[in-house]
Amino acid sequence: MPKVKIPRKSTAIDMTAMCDVAFLLLTFFMLTSNFTKKEATTVHVPTSISELKIPERNVMLILVDQEGKIFFGIDGQENRMEVLKKMGSEYHLDFTQEELKQFSLVNSFGLSAGSLKRFLAASDEAREAPGFVSGIPADSLNNQLRSWVIAARSTKPEYRITIKADQKTPYPAIKHLMDLLQDLKENRYNLITTLETASDLQTEQK
Amino acid sequence: MAEIAINHRKGKKRRRSKRLSTRVDFTPMVDLGFLLITFFMLATTLNKPQTMELALPAKEKIPEAERTKVKASKTVTILLDKENALFYYEGTKENEIDPPLIRTNYSTAGLRQYLLKRNFEVMARVRELNVAKEQKKLTEKEYEARRSELKKDKNGPIVLIKATEGAVYGNLIDVLDEMAICNIDRYAILDITADDLRMIAHWKENNANVNGGK
Repeated sequence: MPKVKIPRKSTAIDMTAMCDVAFLLLTFFMLTSNFTKKEATTVHVPTSISELKIPERNVMLILVDQEGKIFFGIDGQENRMEVLKKMGSEYHLDFTQEELKQFSLVNSFGLSAGSLKRFLAASDEAREAPGFVSGIPADSLNNQLRSWVIAARSTKPEYRITIKADQKTPYPAIKHLMDLLQDLKENRYNLITTLETASDLQTEQK
Repeated sequence: MAEIAINHRKGKKRRRSKRLSTRVDFTPMVDLGFLLITFFMLATTLNKPQTMELALPAKEKIPEAERTKVKASKTVTILLDKENALFYYEGTKENEIDPPLIRTNYSTAGLRQYLLKRNFEVMARVRELNVAKEQKKLTEKEYEARRSELKKDKNGPIVLIKATEGAVYGNLIDVLDEMAICNIDRYAILDITADDLRMIAHWKENNANVNGGK
């Protein structure tokens, strides 16, 4: 059999261009990214046509989940420590330096002030365990949310109240929250929504 | 690596000089690059959530004399009930007779159509504004200013939003959305009254009869 000579070509490709592209994209993503912060609860926010963006800073976030449990979070690590100190003095709890530091890393939480120490001592996994969070008490007997809002407001007056509630949160829970905030003369809120898409509209019409 | 090897094999020059090739294999670097890209892509939030601004009136009691009075005929009361039910009625109770309660829904053919009809004067003018804006006769600022002025139109409806215990937050947002779409600036979120509840109960009773008759 005569051998057919196949001209051998090098399979190596010049990777320089690809490398350029990869690093260009990498730079883009690094510069534009702000990390997804894990929130204390998962909330499916309702859709709306509003296109206003959430402010970058000075957000006082109040989360309300499907059962009406309330979670609270503020941004700025120093502010968080300051607020916790104020809460500690109000509820006669002494937070150690370590606990303050732990708290400054907490994005949002939903616990009564009394169980905060237990929360700060717990690991990340334990914090996520079902039944660990009970929501911040906000009834007339033990209105801790009120104290949190007052403490946060006195720490930084620029905070904007942002309410993030689930689509299926019962209306009375929202009503109660708004009443409570109105009592504190907080009358302007940002309600977090997601952008309505065409598919949402279609399902709505069905 | 392969390229470097080829260079060596070709090497007639190899004897003369021991110069090494300056070519570097970029494959691992590309790998690394894409790995990092993947990480950043997964860890970032590209679309920031939207927000809707809501301003509620202050809670202080305003003396009766200083309250702004609105014509009853201009009010539209929207009632949000459980299971995404939606009702509205115009005006208020007069001479002990309830205004007719009408059932509608959250679709474009439901509440929106009604509100657009009620607010058609303002809507028409806003549309003119939109056209002017598209032809670049107006700047963004002027447009916003004129639009908010239009929204304050005295002839537009005043919408009272009331939700029952069974309503959910999503319903409220939907209605607030309709307000934005229909350019209605004069609306208020109020507590539901016993009268409203009675009207809903009455409506349901009537409707059950109709369905039973069929």
